[in-house]
Order: sequence, then structure tokens, then C-alpha cells
Amino acid sequence: MNAFSGFVIKEFKQIYRDRRTLLVLFGMPVIMVLLFGFAIRNEVSSARIAVLDHSKDEVTRSIIQQIAASGSFELAGYVTSYDEIEPLFRKGAIKEVVVFEANFERNLTRDGTANIQIITDATDPNLANLLQAYTSRIIQDYTTSLNQEEQIQQKAGIRPAVRMMYNPELRSVNLFVPGLIAVILMLISTLMTSISITREKEMGNMEILLVSPLKPYHIIIGKVLPYLVLSVVNVISILILADLVFGVPFEGSYILFFLQAMLFIVTALSLGVFISTVANNQQTAMMISLAGLLLPTVLLSGFIFPVASMPEVLQWISHVIPAKWFLIIVRDIMLKGSGLAFLWEETLILMGITLFFIGLSLKKFNVRLQ
Amino acid sequence: MRTIRFLLQKEFLQIFRNKAMLPILFVMPVVQLLVLSFAATYQLKEVDFALIDMDQSTYSRQLIAKFQASGYFIAGYETFSKEQALEELDKGNVKMVLHIPADLQRDMIAGRPAEVQLSIDAVDGSTAGLIQSYSTSIIRDFDREKSGELQWVSGSREAEQAKVINIIPVNWYNPDLDYITYMVPGILVVLVSMIGLFLSGMNIVREQEIGTIEQLNVTPIKKHQLIIGKLIPFWVIGMVDLVIGLALARYGFHIPFLGSLVTILIVAGIYLIVVQAIGLFISTVTHTQQQAMFIAWFIMVVFILMGGLFTPVESMPVWAQNLTAANPVAYFISIMRMVLLKGAGWPEIQTMVAVLTGMGIIFLIVSINRYSKTSA
Repeated sequence: MNAFSGFVIKEFKQIYRDRRTLLVLFGMPVIMVLLFGFAIRNEVSSARIAVLDHSKDEVTRSIIQQIAASGSFELAGYVTSYDEIEPLFRKGAIKEVVVFEANFERNLTRDGTANIQIITDATDPNLANLLQAYTSRIIQDYTTSLNQEEQIQQKAGIRPAVRMMYNPELRSVNLFVPGLIAVILMLISTLMTSISITREKEMGNMEILLVSPLKPYHIIIGKVLPYLVLSVVNVISILILADLVFGVPFEGSYILFFLQAMLFIVTALSLGVFISTVANNQQTAMMISLAGLLLPTVLLSGFIFPVASMPEVLQWISHVIPAKWFLIIVRDIMLKGSGLAFLWEETLILMGITLFFIGLSLKKFNVRLQ
Repeated sequence: MRTIRFLLQKEFLQIFRNKAMLPILFVMPVVQLLVLSFAATYQLKEVDFALIDMDQSTYSRQLIAKFQASGYFIAGYETFSKEQALEELDKGNVKMVLHIPADLQRDMIAGRPAEVQLSIDAVDGSTAGLIQSYSTSIIRDFDREKSGELQWVSGSREAEQAKVINIIPVNWYNPDLDYITYMVPGILVVLVSMIGLFLSGMNIVREQEIGTIEQLNVTPIKKHQLIIGKLIPFWVIGMVDLVIGLALARYGFHIPFLGSLVTILIVAGIYLIVVQAIGLFISTVTHTQQQAMFIAWFIMVVFILMGGLFTPVESMPVWAQNLTAANPVAYFISIMRMVLLKGAGWPEIQTMVAVLTGMGIIFLIVSINRYSKTSA
């Protein structure tokens, strides 16, 4: 036990002595939360659009004005024919063109209907959808107020009353913070452990450790402990930021949250240990844990794209991504206030994945080097 | 020249001798491109909802049938208790509760306003937005159908006087709003950049950590020769990956190649130099591979998330949109998409290419200067 505690102290010293790495390890998650928290939104802001107005009358002018004044759009200019649109789209100068038909006002007053065409650059389908929805809403608002002005009775009928449960304003920060916690923990824990163990191999210190009275699991635990502490501190700092700066709600129990976070950190650490048993040098270890894990963690965990939208096969694959389960747990605890009664399945799965990796690495951990 | 050749030989040997690295460099990107491109979609698939039908009328049944027939919604749970329905939502068994009030049919026929309640699980915000827009459009359609029928019956002409502006959406370049076409070029860029940045970011610092940099320092190799010798192998690897990826995009995903392939390759060449120069720069300011990797990872995540790959640049606040001016990944992603999907040529992309070139030169000069042969 004495040798073990000595080893742990050595590991802590080695990491905490290196001020620069430490600064990076604590500072970067903070910067990331701040940067992404402020920058990544789902609302469109100042998208550049052009107008093709075949009519040029009172009504079209006031619609254009409302679109320009909405804050979501920036009127880049007017075009006079369809032929001018293509080059602008190709340059990427504009993302949408609003086309008014000829005699717009006359059609509207005489026949009661008029047509607007919204042409979008749909190379980005998501943006095209968003822009269309925004423009349609502005135009619909305009018609409603026009009809009210002229005191035309709106027909009664059914109206959907939508309530967004757990996240009423659909704030993206509320969704982003849990995701960011998952991604940061996954990568810090996995990357750092895998590198620090392979580093001993590469530098030749592993032999010294192996001939010492320390058992293999002592070595692993000693290597992993400092990062566990570090990750917990990171979780705490992200939570404080989320609360103080962004006002992200926290409905559930903090104790449950920290237990779950610990579990996930251990999952990530065990994955890191596993990678280090497969890789022989730092370069391989980090290519696996970075290039191999970054995109799958971001894409398959439901962090940005909903898992439910993916093809069946990918939904199956996403089951083996630990971050997916942790993300469900964190979102439920933070936004819904769910307790363990609702989350035991996800928790068990995470535990299962953890045990699997621990078992695998214990089996693969070589006591002898070639 | 001879010196560089020997250096190159050494670097290539080192890379290809490491059998564990080869699959990581060439197989992993291809697999990720194949798999992950399908993951990046916002299309709504079948959603389970809990149904509270207090009306039990012809109309309410027609509305429910309309929901089910849309192919997007399945009534997975039926109840008359609001609490039970909300509990299902809490548990995550359903994503939405559809609550049809009693007297829906009577109110509609009498011309009174009626309200259908939708409670959507917004823990996953993007799905919630999709569910909202699909379900409200179903309800609106239903409303329009019914009010048409009712007017015809009652002969009322009131509603007809209301003015309507028809909105006709047209989607250019990608009429089916297909995500794959949009995502494949972007994901390919990220994969190639990761390999370029991580490999070059680790390289010099690795020699430093192991101590072999001293051996290189005492040789007559010049600074720029060393840097060139370090860069070319990774550049070649990056280009090979890119070409494999492009072939996959063309023949596997059937992405339209509207623009010129040569343009793409030239820009890719410049872009890879930029990425590697950034990597080299990281390598010269750090002391261990661990530090270098963490910084490289951080930069990569920022570049990816703010580069317009997954979320449009237009959906960020203006100050963040301005930051993309310094983001090489954003430039290359947008060039790839413009050239491949819209057929843009030199006139459209030349400013971006110029900026990329500028970035490459600056980072190269800075990192060559920072690397000093005499430092301990």
C-alpha cells in the first residue's frame, strides 16, 4: 500500500507540476463553454438576402421593410431578373431571394390573393428550411395585421397550442451545455490517460514500473486518479459557468448528477486505458483517441443531430457510444429533473460498457514487454 | 535538395514502419466518412406520441388518422388522464402529448375557435423543433380542409374575404433537401484536417520529447529543410486521403461534381499546407506531445463547431460570424461545397483562396522562426 500511495503521489506531482498543461486543461473547457454558449444558436441572424420585385408598389415595399427590420435578415440588394440570381448564389453572396409577382398589390386587393416566391440556396438544407420558415412567418404576420386593419373577421377554426416541455424557450445553451460536458469529459479523460500510459512505454519507464512491487492494476489506478480529479474539477467549473453566465436550469439532484458524471469519467478513463494497451506509442494512442473518437462522439451521441433521425443501422451503432447514454442522463437530470427511477437503464448500460473496457484492458495489459 | 530527399526517406520510413498507424491514416477516415455522413441529418423519423382524445368524435378521429397517415407519428399510448400522459413524457417513452379537447367537433361546426394542445419533449431541441413544425402543419391542413367543407355547407362567405399571400418555396441546387450531399464534402474536409493537424502538431515536439531533435540539430540540415522534410509526408498522406474521399463521394454517394476537380485539388493542396503550418506552430510552442495534442484538439473542435459544418454560420451572432474570417476549416468547407454543389469557379472563390494562401505563408514563417536549432 505504501508503494502504491507513493506512486499515486508521484503521478499527481508529475501532472500538477506542469503548469502549462494544467492551465490548458482547466482553461480550455471554460473557454469552450463561453465561446459556444454565446456563439451557437438556432436563430438565424443577419442572413444576406436579395429581393426581386416585379411589382414595386406600397405593399411589396412594406413587406420588404418588415423583412429587413426583423434582424434575421440583411438586405444585400435588389436584382432585376432571374438570371442575376445564379451568380449571386454561386458566389455565396446571398442565401435567399424573395420574389414578388407583377401587380402584387392589385392582385391582393382585387382577388384577395397574391404570390411570393422564396428561392433559397438549398445546398445547406437546414439553413434553407430555417430561412423559409422565418420569411413565411414575417409574411404571415403581415397578412394578419393587414386583415385586422381592414377588419376582416378571421375565420375561427382549430389552432395548435404548443408547449415545449422542460425547455420552454428552446434555448440552445440548455441543450449545448450537457453535450459539451460529455464531449469534454470523453476527450480529456480518454486522450490524457491513453497518452500518459503510452508515454511511459515510449520513454522506457514502463519496465521500471513493471519490475517494481506494484501490481498492474495499481499502475493503472495510479495513472488514472489524477485525471479523475481533474475531470471532476472541470465538471464543476462548467456547471458554475452554465449557471452564472447562461442561467441554465438544473432541476434534478446534484448528488445523482455527480455520481453519474463520475461513472462516465470512469468509462472514458477505462476506454483510455484500453487504447493505451493496444497502442505502442503516443502517436498511435492519440490518433485513435482523437481522430477516431472526436467525430463519432460529436455526431453519434445526439449532441448536434438527433439520434432518432438517423438510419436504423446508425442508431444501433450509436448504442456503443458511451457519450450517447451520458447525454441522455445529463439532459434528463438537468432539464427534466429525472431521478434514478427513470434513468437506471442508461446507468446500467454505461456501467456495462465500463466493465467491458476494464476487463478487456486488464486482459490485454502486458506485464512483459518485448 | 539531397538533404531534403534523405529527410523525406526517413520520415516516410518512420510512418510506414508503424503498422498500427496505417489503418488509422487510411482506413479510419474512409469508414468515418461512410458511416457518419448518414448521421448528420435533421429529417424527422417516426415519433411516438401519447394521445388524449376527450372528444371521441368523427373529427377527432380524422385528425388522429391524419397524424398517423403522415408517416411521422405513431400513437404509442392512449389515455384519458393528462397526468398519465405527462408521466409517459417524463419517462421518455413518448416525445409528444396530443391533447384533443372535448367539444372539438361541436366548436368547429359552430365556428368557434378550438385549441389542440401539443406538449413536446424539448430536451432534445432540434427534434422538438421538427416535431412542432410537422405537427402544426398537419393541424393546419386539417383545419383548412374542414373549414372548406363547412363553408360549403353553411354558405358563409366571410372567410373568403380575408387576404392571403401564397408562399411558394423553391429550393435551388438541392430540391429534395438532401443532407448527404451537403454533409459529405464537409465531413471529408474535417477528416483530412484532423489528420493533417494532429500529425504535424505532434511531430517536432515528439522529436523533442524523445531527444532525437538534438541529433537533428547538430547535423548541417537547415531549418527550412527540416520543416519541409517534416511537412511533405503528411501533405502527401492528406492528399491521398482527400482523393480517396472524393472518389467515395463521387461514386459511393453520387455527389454531383458540378465544378472542376482540378480547382478542388489545387485549393486542397494550399489548405493542407495551412493546416500543417498551424500544426507545426503548435509543435514549436509546446514541450510535450500531450500539451500539443490538447491544444490541437481544442483548436480543431472550435474550428469544426464554428465553421458552418453542422450548424449554419448564419445562425451565429454577428461577432461569431466575423470570427469565421480566421477559420481555415470554414473557408475550405465552403469552397468545397461551392465548387462541388454549385459549380463555382475561380472568380467566385479567389478571395477565399487568397486568404488561405496568406494564412499558410504567415504560419509557415512564424513556425520556421520559432523553431530554433540551438534551444535546449
